[in-house]
Amino acid sequence: MKLTLRVWRQQNADSPGAMATYQVDDVSQDMSFLEMLDVLNEELILKGEEPVAFDHDCREGICGACSLVINGDAHGPERTTTCQLHMRSFQDGDTIDIEPWRAAAFPVIKDLVVDRSAFDRVIQAGGYITAPTGSAPEAHATPVPKADADYAFEHAECIGCGACVAACPNGAAMLFTSAKVNHLNVLPQGSPERETRVLDMVSQMDAEGFGGCTLTGECATACPKGIPLFSITAMNKEWLRASRKVKR
Amino acid sequence: MALTTRPEQRPTQAERRPSIALSFWQSTLGKKIVMGVTGLIMIGYLCVHMLGNTKIFFGPEEFNAYGHWLRVMGAPVLHHQWGLWIARVVLLASVILHGVSAYQLSRRDIKARPQKYVHTKPRMSYATRTMRWGGVILGLFIVWHVLDLTTGTTHSGGFQEGHPYQNVVDTFSTWYGNVIYIVAMLAMGLHVRHGFWSAAQTLGAGNRTRDRALKAIANALAIVLTVGFISVPVGVMTGVVS
Ligand code: HEM
Ligand code: FES
Repeated sequence: MKLTLRVWRQQNADSPGAMATYQVDDVSQDMSFLEMLDVLNEELILKGEEPVAFDHDCREGICGACSLVINGDAHGPERTTTCQLHMRSFQDGDTIDIEPWRAAAFPVIKDLVVDRSAFDRVIQAGGYITAPTGSAPEAHATPVPKADADYAFEHAECIGCGACVAACPNGAAMLFTSAKVNHLNVLPQGSPERETRVLDMVSQMDAEGFGGCTLTGECATACPKGIPLFSITAMNKEWLRASRKVKR
Repeated sequence: MALTTRPEQRPTQAERRPSIALSFWQSTLGKKIVMGVTGLIMIGYLCVHMLGNTKIFFGPEEFNAYGHWLRVMGAPVLHHQWGLWIARVVLLASVILHGVSAYQLSRRDIKARPQKYVHTKPRMSYATRTMRWGGVILGLFIVWHVLDLTTGTTHSGGFQEGHPYQNVVDTFSTWYGNVIYIVAMLAMGLHVRHGFWSAAQTLGAGNRTRDRALKAIANALAIVLTVGFISVPVGVMTGVVS
């Protein structure tokens, strides 16, 4: 396949940045999107140009590091992560636009790499449970109803990639935050912090400068792990409950 | 021994424990809940208002009597016009809280996404995209509507206090009266369609199994309210009401 790539290049957080156009000729349908960028980077290095910076780690769809907006879609046209997107989803001769996640809370560091530490701080605000560490607890000590376990697992699938924020026209982190809140709040292990978790994570989310939810649903469409839009509804319910319950 | 799980940082919301009102107003979730509740109050009012308006098809006596009843509503418990004034105060507070929240949240949303994508594609549904300017149209309409038919300040022809039937016929005998009203009612329908469903999500009432029912109710509300309200100017234009 021969492709034309239009890639966002930006030297650092303070420089303006612009789209740059590149040709890549030796692309196989079986390559992943990141392997295709590797090919581009090898060519750039051979030519003595600076390679395109992009985030990646596991390349198997589980770490949440990869983060590209491809033709206006976070993680591209398929419901998966950028690293698991394959070039067979494109046609020979295509022009592909590649941009970084765009949100005030995710400033660009370089080219396609953004700073997602706002997510870490949201997690620090309440995305943990109180448990003795050191030895593994007896697995059957805390029974969890099957339905709750499934619900927790559905939300635990969130890999924190930030595609929801990138897709949201308001740069909101509601889907991410709600996945984390619901995952722990439904489980007995998470119940001691049930109220403070949702209040603190939402308040940290606001403090990071994410936008608010207008229920456009773009986040759930973009999510590579299929976190449902109703996750946000459930978090709203938890937040309302906690606002009433926490003693003042 | 005890290990802090959180690094040094400002006190969390749960630690600060602001009053309920403050924690609502300071949070994006809380403000959205204010919008949802005030929006539902206004939708409830619109349903009653629309039903009341259809009395115009039963002649001036019945319609004017209805207008009179609004003033003695709640009697003898409430003094003359108190019921009406309570409703007005609640509605005014709702419109203001709803509008201010919408403005502040929208400002925040725009700031949270300062840079647009080069590659854009329109995808959101029609009603979602129209919430903001639709809301502004509704706000302007409400002002005009009150000045036109409640106070009579901008009324065409002689406004007669206590004769709402004639006043309505006068308004809908002008082309601009009809245009303003019908455009505003279409905007209202779109706003209610997305607004009702949104409010259900904001208040935590939505889920997978209920979604079809909620969307159906939202559609039904939007259509019934729009058709109900527009029937009045259409009635005047076609001479059914004169
Ligand atoms: C008869 C008048 C109105 C009714 C019945 C109404 C109803 C609603 C409802 C139920 C919602 C959903 C709230 C939620 O998402 O939880 C909503 C949202 C909204 N309303 Fe209104 N509203 C009215 C007037 C206005 C006015 C005057 C404005 C503008 C100043 C406005 C602007 C908005 C905006 C921007 C949203 C947010 C949309 C979103 O978050 O997706 N509305 N409205
Ligand atoms: S690189 Fe780990 S999810 Fe894509």
